[in-house]
Amino acid sequence: MADFQIKKTPKDYDVCIVGSGAGGGMAAYVLANAGIKVVLLEAGPLYDPAKNVTQLKWPWESPRRGASSPYRNFGDFDAAYGGWELEGEPYTHKDGTKFDWFRSRMLGGRTNHWGRISLRFSERDFKHRSFDGLGDDWPIGYSDVAPFYDKVDKLIGVFGSKENMPNEPDGIFLPPPKPRLHELFIKEAGKNLDIPVIPSRLSILTKPINEDRGSCFYCHQCNRGCTVYADFSSSSVLINPALKTGNVDVIPNAMAREVLTNTEGKATGISFVNKDDMQEYTVNAKIVVLAASACESARLLLNSKSSRYANGLANSSEVIGKYLHDSTGASMNAILPKLVGRKRYNEDGVGGMHVYTPWWLDNQKLDFPRGYHIEYSGGMNMPGYGFGGGIQNSNGKFPGRDGKLKEAGGYGASLKDDYRYFFGASINLAGRGESIAREDNFCEIDPVTVDKYGIPVLRFHYNWSDYEVRQAKHMKETFAEIVDAMGGVITSGQGTPENNYGLEPPGRIIHEVGTVRMGNDPKKSVLNKFNQAHDCKNIFVVDGGAFVSQADKNPTWTILALSMRASEFIIDELKKQNI
Amino acid sequence: MDRRKYLKTIAISTLGATTLLQSCDIEKPDSAKVDPSFTIDRTPQELAREKKLLSERFFDEHEMKTITHLADMIIPKDDQSGSASDAGVPAFIEFIVKDMPQHQLPMRGGIKWLDIQCMKRYNSDFLSCSSMQQTEIIDEIAYPEKAKPEVEQGVAFFNRMRDLTATGFFTSEIGIKDLGYQGNVPNQWDGVPQDVLNQYGVAYDAKTLAESVKYS
Repeated sequence: MADFQIKKTPKDYDVCIVGSGAGGGMAAYVLANAGIKVVLLEAGPLYDPAKNVTQLKWPWESPRRGASSPYRNFGDFDAAYGGWELEGEPYTHKDGTKFDWFRSRMLGGRTNHWGRISLRFSERDFKHRSFDGLGDDWPIGYSDVAPFYDKVDKLIGVFGSKENMPNEPDGIFLPPPKPRLHELFIKEAGKNLDIPVIPSRLSILTKPINEDRGSCFYCHQCNRGCTVYADFSSSSVLINPALKTGNVDVIPNAMAREVLTNTEGKATGISFVNKDDMQEYTVNAKIVVLAASACESARLLLNSKSSRYANGLANSSEVIGKYLHDSTGASMNAILPKLVGRKRYNEDGVGGMHVYTPWWLDNQKLDFPRGYHIEYSGGMNMPGYGFGGGIQNSNGKFPGRDGKLKEAGGYGASLKDDYRYFFGASINLAGRGESIAREDNFCEIDPVTVDKYGIPVLRFHYNWSDYEVRQAKHMKETFAEIVDAMGGVITSGQGTPENNYGLEPPGRIIHEVGTVRMGNDPKKSVLNKFNQAHDCKNIFVVDGGAFVSQADKNPTWTILALSMRASEFIIDELKKQNI
Repeated sequence: MDRRKYLKTIAISTLGATTLLQSCDIEKPDSAKVDPSFTIDRTPQELAREKKLLSERFFDEHEMKTITHLADMIIPKDDQSGSASDAGVPAFIEFIVKDMPQHQLPMRGGIKWLDIQCMKRYNSDFLSCSSMQQTEIIDEIAYPEKAKPEVEQGVAFFNRMRDLTATGFFTSEIGIKDLGYQGNVPNQWDGVPQDVLNQYGVAYDAKTLAESVKYS
């Protein structure tokens, strides 16, 4: 008998979903509730924010006081396992370019980490080429997606305010929390500078919406996962309810190797390696839904080669992997001297900003084509690793309690008091902007490298253009104006031409999309407007890969809406026996 | 309802929701098997790494004594709270250099630099110097903007030592109490307290008051 054999999962399913983040979680929820038999493959362990708890823990409960570690790149209390480097799962780069690929292999994927910023794309976001001639238009517009945004708002819950801004379509909102003190100062500065500062739109429940989920108790720790499910994560809000239907089997620690196809070219299921026993398995399904993340889904399709699909599955266009694009990012830190020595009270609030700035200018009057939004943070936050770092750069710049300037740095009782004095006086401004999707920014299969499962890995090629650099320059200029209007002093994040105005390397903002894009023309796109592969009707991709363009918005709410839309399309097509 | 009572109510309803959700959950996550020595979620890989780091020792006895002494010079006991060593800062530094190896060489080398400087000047290592001598050498490296070029290495070491001491202290139970941080408890955010709004001369506008979630 051979040592090596492939085991077949005994049950046949209607749908096999790969990945349990926003896209996969939503597909599982919608399909399972329609009575469809689903198997959900997740490459990491099971996870439940009510059980895998870091919420309401104190910094001393982590030996590294919440610092990041190789196993949690966003800090020891962050819910998301993983990060930019995973043991045994490398990726490579082409031509000395840079792209950082964040992966969180666990139930719920990267919904366990994100800032819950839940913004709708506007009509212009779907049709940007028609406005500025760059990139491509989506095959759908706002009116196609709006009903699904509405349903997502109601199902998951999002707070916000009606603003009637064309680029920021209003949703069905729960009431937002009141601004914190520094956020009132930001609003005031915005008013003086004619920069809008409006309530943020986060998927956090300020009011209960159903029996299964509690409402927010303002600990400021959404990134740790919520034990009462008051914020959105795919595990607690979509997958747990989907499991209750009895129609979903989750297979954790299942690393997908390729999509299987038959002689007619139809997908028949997935082959995967089980990380627990390192054995090979296959699972059969009538329909395959990929939601493994933009790059991982592209990798899966490219690795699914056969004599029929020599370039990879569903890739007759040769577009898979191309048009990869992440949001731009740049940030600045400042101290507000009026806040030193401030009165203490609990201003934790929700896990993120209470106000933000949506894109407000006309790009036709600027030297870069697409906008950005501004995220703000600050306040009397719980100390963690890094607290008080670099105080020698600030404690010599401002008069102390006695009104006198002192020598920077120092030690002893006077220094000890400085830490108290500066607590809660810092703010951070971060821009998140839209980049242009380009054919020559891509991921492809590395011709020589495999991961520890023997799966060929991705190789990235990515350059920012002058558009993104000029946008970052504009961000920095705006941040400096806002800080100045607040009477603040910049402590770090000054932009210079040498540092590309602090533009983060691609991949760092973790909004990568576009690798399996949709379109009406099968020669220029992989998917049709229902996230269905042009070349292979029983394959769907419902993660960020399907995006034609990013907006100056975070992608999650649109991933959720499009996954819901694609899932309803699948239900219809199954009824009509079209698939 | 007074504030104290309703905070209690939130705490109870929070707990209730958790219990309810747990009872109808289908599978128990693998990584929910928490090691008794950790009160926070740890994956099996994390636990293995923590145990390995905790079983190792980096600094020798002399280095640990020097770190302890320096930490207490940086954050001494005062009328508000205890010292860095009261707050367990030396043990934190011992852990963090194992966790973040980039600290190892600068810390070990920095202590050595300090001892050599003291040997040259006072014919004694730092710990054996008189407190006047210790103050004299630390004064030369604790103020980056007026430090002489020939002690730059000492300045870099002391900056790192200051940072690690501050982080270790203010993330400890003693330090957080000292700082007066009020959060990390269930509550209902109803805006900035009125006396603080008055102090800074700001107010919520009518639109904000009308649209925001209310708790009173």
